Amino acid sequence: MKIKNIFTYCFISSLFLFSLICIWKILVTLQGIELTNFNFNKLFIFGIILCLINLFIGKKLNLNIKIIILALLFSIFDYLISINLPIWYSLGIFLISLFFFKTIKNYDKNFLSKNHSSQKLFFNFLTLFGITLFSFVILFPFYMMLITSFKTQALLLLNPLDFSINFSKGLPELFKSYFVVFKDYNFGRYMLTSTIVSLGTVIITLIFAIPAAYAIARLNFFGKNFLSTSILIIYLFPAIVLVIPLYTIFSQLGLRNSIEGLLIVYTATTLPVAIYMLQGYFKSIPKELEEAGIIDGQNWLGIIFKIILPLSLPAISSVALYVFMIAWNEFLFSLMFLDRPNTFTLSRAIQFLNVGAETPRQYLMAGSVVVTLPILIIFVYFEKYLVSGLTAGSVKG
Amino acid sequence: MSTKLAKIEKRTAYLLILPSVLLVFSIILFPIFSNIWISFKNVELKDLRIPEPRAKKLVKSIKDNPNQIKIIYKLRNSSLIQEITNVKFKDKYPDNIEPISLNNKCQFKSNLLKCELGNWPEKYRENLEIVFQNTNNKEISKKELKSYKPKLSGKSQNILLTYEFTLNNFKKVIKDKAFIDLLSTTFYYTFFGTIGAIVFGILAAQMVNQKFFGRTFMRSVLLFPYVAPVVALAYTWELLLDPTSGTLNNLLINYQIIDVPINLLGQKYVTLNILGFDFKLRLALTTVIIFEIWRYFPLAFLFILARLQAVPKELYEAADVDGANPIQKFLNITLPQILAVISILFMIRFIWNFNKFEDIFLLTGGASGTRTFPINVYQQGFSIGDIGVGSAVSIVIVVFLLIFMFIYFKLLGRRADEN
Repeated sequence: MKIKNIFTYCFISSLFLFSLICIWKILVTLQGIELTNFNFNKLFIFGIILCLINLFIGKKLNLNIKIIILALLFSIFDYLISINLPIWYSLGIFLISLFFFKTIKNYDKNFLSKNHSSQKLFFNFLTLFGITLFSFVILFPFYMMLITSFKTQALLLLNPLDFSINFSKGLPELFKSYFVVFKDYNFGRYMLTSTIVSLGTVIITLIFAIPAAYAIARLNFFGKNFLSTSILIIYLFPAIVLVIPLYTIFSQLGLRNSIEGLLIVYTATTLPVAIYMLQGYFKSIPKELEEAGIIDGQNWLGIIFKIILPLSLPAISSVALYVFMIAWNEFLFSLMFLDRPNTFTLSRAIQFLNVGAETPRQYLMAGSVVVTLPILIIFVYFEKYLVSGLTAGSVKG
Repeated sequence: MSTKLAKIEKRTAYLLILPSVLLVFSIILFPIFSNIWISFKNVELKDLRIPEPRAKKLVKSIKDNPNQIKIIYKLRNSSLIQEITNVKFKDKYPDNIEPISLNNKCQFKSNLLKCELGNWPEKYRENLEIVFQNTNNKEISKKELKSYKPKLSGKSQNILLTYEFTLNNFKKVIKDKAFIDLLSTTFYYTFFGTIGAIVFGILAAQMVNQKFFGRTFMRSVLLFPYVAPVVALAYTWELLLDPTSGTLNNLLINYQIIDVPINLLGQKYVTLNILGFDFKLRLALTTVIIFEIWRYFPLAFLFILARLQAVPKELYEAADVDGANPIQKFLNITLPQILAVISILFMIRFIWNFNKFEDIFLLTGGASGTRTFPINVYQQGFSIGDIGVGSAVSIVIVVFLLIFMFIYFKLLGRRADEN
């Protein structure tokens, strides 16, 4: 067994344990509990000691018993050096250390004397650490958005670190921001507008894209190659270079502040990617099926409706979900084209709330939850389709 | 026969494509080209309103004479800056009345009052008064008179359609002292945002490619920042980073990591002391880049994970037999396999980050040294109101974009040749 290996093992393991404890402590602090010190030195050194003990016990003891003893030792130590903390805090520490010692239970002298063991160890912990850290960093803003929407302005200013939810006043009080947002700030209307615009974009895009994609995938005509490369190029042009000309044209045609104007622009900007995605799928459908259709006396329309569409439902769903997501989340055009509150989409309405004088932040966050939640639910529910849509269309973002 | 079929096929194809081509042409290609036109013109936001001739109709009865009625048209030019030429006026009247006297501009024929009102300069106002008399002795209905609305038409010069051009917009953009700053900010933002997203994408993909409990859930969670609406995320981050009541600053102060709150989105520079050397970090820009990475690494992750899952397991098994360590395995097996994906990803993300508008606009609005080209388009065009300069900045973006695309397609082409 190399000294270097033991050293890396202790150092990395204890660091990992400490970082898990840190995340837990931050979450505890956010419940309004006063906790001002991570106790890095003490916990880190004690962690190293426990890791060494774990190493030397090895498999001499029943593994489960070993885990529980080590975890208990650690939580008692943590309990002793911190003062006045609730019991659920220590329980959390216990569970975390349980998980930690379970992870390192198999590391013993034999493992450490193998080749590359320190590197393997490092990567194992990096993975675990990465998973915890990534989840924390990604989920935290969403968590904050949700919790802030349940608080009141006074409480938020009093203690910005208090993320605890007060159920004692009853649900109507808890969801007050949502009532306000829907009643006083008209979010019901904006939500309806957003839904109409997004669904409308999906339907119109599909109506335009399916025939075009079919033609590019299957039919021979002059300029086909040129067209299919230009789709990709057009797709790479960003909205920001279209904004000024479209604004001038739309102002003069009176198309600003209208749902129709928004629908036209959304459809045009999502059309290239929809065609690109669909034609790729259509090409994968065996030609024999269509030939059978032609023999049966179908015309082109019949072939598209009776053969191609039913077969490519998965691809069409991906495109539909992807287009829906783009339209629902779109911000730039809604900012440029809509300035009357009766035509606002949700995104535009939230931006308007933020710019408006001193909107309490719980309302802002409640609005944000209202715009985020539907798209996340759709994403989780239809993940399979949406992910394939994202992968195919992800050149844009 | 076959040529006839081919003809039908061709015709059908054009029919199927035409609607899409027309739409994309009019909403995407046409605006891109009209940018060129606008960028050579001296146009401001307020010039976009087309001047209109307007008339307000008032109906007044005349005292002591129920058989007569007075109509007043309040005429005006809606524009404060442009003249309207050749204004024509039209209004309808009921059957039983006709005018007593008319000035030479107007004519009354078969219930129609038509006037040629000539040219109206900007801010023009005038009242046109006409007295009418009834021809049979029925009473004149005021309501009926009011129900007809006058129709006016006139020609005005649309400032966008004149043939006056200027180079001033481009001079303003390029001679601007801020141009170099704009350029460096944009490239700094684009480059580090892209690299960061790819690095974190690789890390995340490596993680999720291993087996652990809750892996599918983890994959969904990793995509959340990309799927959620940018408005909601940007404002949440703004609250999170707020110097006085933001969670992050308060946490750091609580754990005594910092003494004074840091205004992460509002401070342009922060001086760091590393190994005795002071160096200035662009704080707000760095924060914006971190947000960018946070939001777009999922995309890189998705691409790279798909590629990783296609790497044959045998390669790793063979490497194990040879006694390779994890770093060697990553460098010699994984990296070559995902290199192609990374280079394409880099180009595409680079192009998109270069054009990113919403994220910076919502977080800082382009203040504290975070002004990039797309933000400048908005500020010139809509905050300052100089549409021409805004368009000129758009043209600069398009030129850069064309260069990037050229490189990108060269790269794609070379890759296709290799395979």
